[in-house]
Amino acid sequence: MSSSPTPAPEDFLRVQKEPRFRKLRSDYRRFAFPMTALFLAWYLLYVIVAAFFPQVMAVRVYGHINVGIVWGLLQFVSTFVITALYVRFANRTLDPEASAIRHELEADAERHAAQQAGAHIKDQEEAK
Amino acid sequence: MNPLAIVPVPAAAPAAQVGNPWINIGIFGLFVAVTLVVVLRASRNNKTAADYLAGGRAFTGGQNGTAIAGDYLSAASFLGIVGAIAIYGYDGFLYSIGFLVAWLVALLLVAELLRNTGKFTMADVLSFRLKQKPVRIAASITTLAVCLFYLLAQMAGAGGLVSLLLGISDKAGQSIVIVVVGALMIFYVLMGGMKGTTWVQIIKACLLIAGAFVMTIWALAMHGFDFNALLGAAVEKAGSEKILDPGQQYGKSITTKIDFLSLGLALVLGTAGLPHVLMRFYTVPTAKEARKSVVWAIWLIGAFYLFTLVLGYAAGALIGVDAIKAAPGGQNSAAPLLAYHLGGSVLLGIIAAVAFATILAVVAGLAITAAASFSHDIYGSVMKKGKATSEQEVKVARRTVVVIGIVAIVGGIGAQGQNVAFLVALAFAVAASANLPTILYSLFWKRFTTRGALWSMYGGLGSALLLIIFSPVMSGSATSMIQGVDFAIFPLANPGIISIPLAFFLGWLGSVTDKTTEDPIKAAEMEVRSLTGIGAEAPVDH
Repeated sequence: MSSSPTPAPEDFLRVQKEPRFRKLRSDYRRFAFPMTALFLAWYLLYVIVAAFFPQVMAVRVYGHINVGIVWGLLQFVSTFVITALYVRFANRTLDPEASAIRHELEADAERHAAQQAGAHIKDQEEAK
Repeated sequence: MNPLAIVPVPAAAPAAQVGNPWINIGIFGLFVAVTLVVVLRASRNNKTAADYLAGGRAFTGGQNGTAIAGDYLSAASFLGIVGAIAIYGYDGFLYSIGFLVAWLVALLLVAELLRNTGKFTMADVLSFRLKQKPVRIAASITTLAVCLFYLLAQMAGAGGLVSLLLGISDKAGQSIVIVVVGALMIFYVLMGGMKGTTWVQIIKACLLIAGAFVMTIWALAMHGFDFNALLGAAVEKAGSEKILDPGQQYGKSITTKIDFLSLGLALVLGTAGLPHVLMRFYTVPTAKEARKSVVWAIWLIGAFYLFTLVLGYAAGALIGVDAIKAAPGGQNSAAPLLAYHLGGSVLLGIIAAVAFATILAVVAGLAITAAASFSHDIYGSVMKKGKATSEQEVKVARRTVVVIGIVAIVGGIGAQGQNVAFLVALAFAVAASANLPTILYSLFWKRFTTRGALWSMYGGLGSALLLIIFSPVMSGSATSMIQGVDFAIFPLANPGIISIPLAFFLGWLGSVTDKTTEDPIKAAEMEVRSLTGIGAEAPVDH
């Protein structure tokens, strides 16, 4: 197992209040929340038009291809585009911020563990 | 009605057999043989719970994404959507869009945060900063409910499939097939655990997508690679332009239109609450790999649904609505009939075997999810209060698999000839109502409390079940489960439009009226862990 040392509870409380962590959280939320609202609205609009205004979907665009098929395919396109945008954003912005905080927390936890182990050895030596 | 379920076949259907059952059985047997070897190889390192229930967390994003596609694209997706497009035209296409767009919820809001905070089950995340015992019990109940409905639909579907593909149309013969599928599933999951299940799903996803791809190219080639010409041929065969427009299935009345909206809501919000989908995110080493998994899944599933659009209209053009409806298996026979039309007995055999493999892979994924939920949440965390050893959890999980397999076999035989459509729709509606609100609240809303979680989960599950019981699915229409009585006081077949907002509301109401505050340290730990990945469960080194 390659498990990392677990940070102490007060470390989590401290990090949660740090500006760096707040920035990571707001960066993530400012991307994910509006994007979710956007694709849900775009999807629900499509479903509502298909269910209640089928005559709009029936308008022919080219030959037998109508608005419904084009809009349906655009739902595929928008899904693929949002996926690609999120991956790019996460790789460029979120991952570096998250791993910087993670590495620092891990280093803190290791230092705590080392200090405790050191204190422990000292206790043992004193006991001798 | 939901066309995505295997429509039961009248027992007396004149079996106008197409193809050669022995070729179908032979190719399926080959699939079983290959996957058995893979499962046995995967079973070598299955000692700890992380190995058995999460595949050692060592799958890559690409492998897991393919397995997710294999888990998600059930026989109902394949046979159901192709058949729905062939018969109802455009309305069938609406399903695939809901099924695909739903993955953005998983990608943007759930997958990575879940991987960072949980171990094996959905309940790990939901109970992280709330009271362990009541939240785990509730989450386990909703998990088992969703898995059971999904499982019964797949098993009953297996029975329906055989009449068409193997020429077995009597009830006893179909029951034997259900027993065989159930027994195979028990063996796979018992031996292979999550690793074996994952490989079965990967192999199946490759076969299914490759098979659909070949048929799509073939069908397009017959129309000069002109989709417009293919649509024209479908219109000519149907004798109506209407199959290109929405409304053939859902446009009848204002009730059916609202019903469709309700279904669309359940589809788009249900996926990210399906426990067997969520559990797959624990099989990769990091949140970044979980993200990659979803990206792979979105591309594969999206491509597959594009194929089904072509295949559906191609079946309409080359086979015709009347011939499909007259065939044993009805609308679900569109894809197999198209395969037979294009490539004769051999292609039909391949597609038939793929359809069986699909059912097998999906039920295996459901069984391991249900087993993990019982052994880790109920046994390990509630009964043993978190003191169960990893070996004990694996032992209990294995026993649960056997029990679930037997329940699925008995239930599948019992559900034969029943209207199984409601089981699939209910699984999505329950997942969207009982699971998703609590998942989102616990990840994103600080003031969410234990009471809010319980109200939301039980309220979502209960309202979805009640609305289904009092809907036309159960009574009062020609296709109802119970004939001869009418207690359908709720007009919609899909409960989502009521039960999903209700569950969100109850989660909010339960929290704001709750005076107790949850542990701020746990809340801080959950938030920091979910976004940074510190302390996340590490993969197993072998």
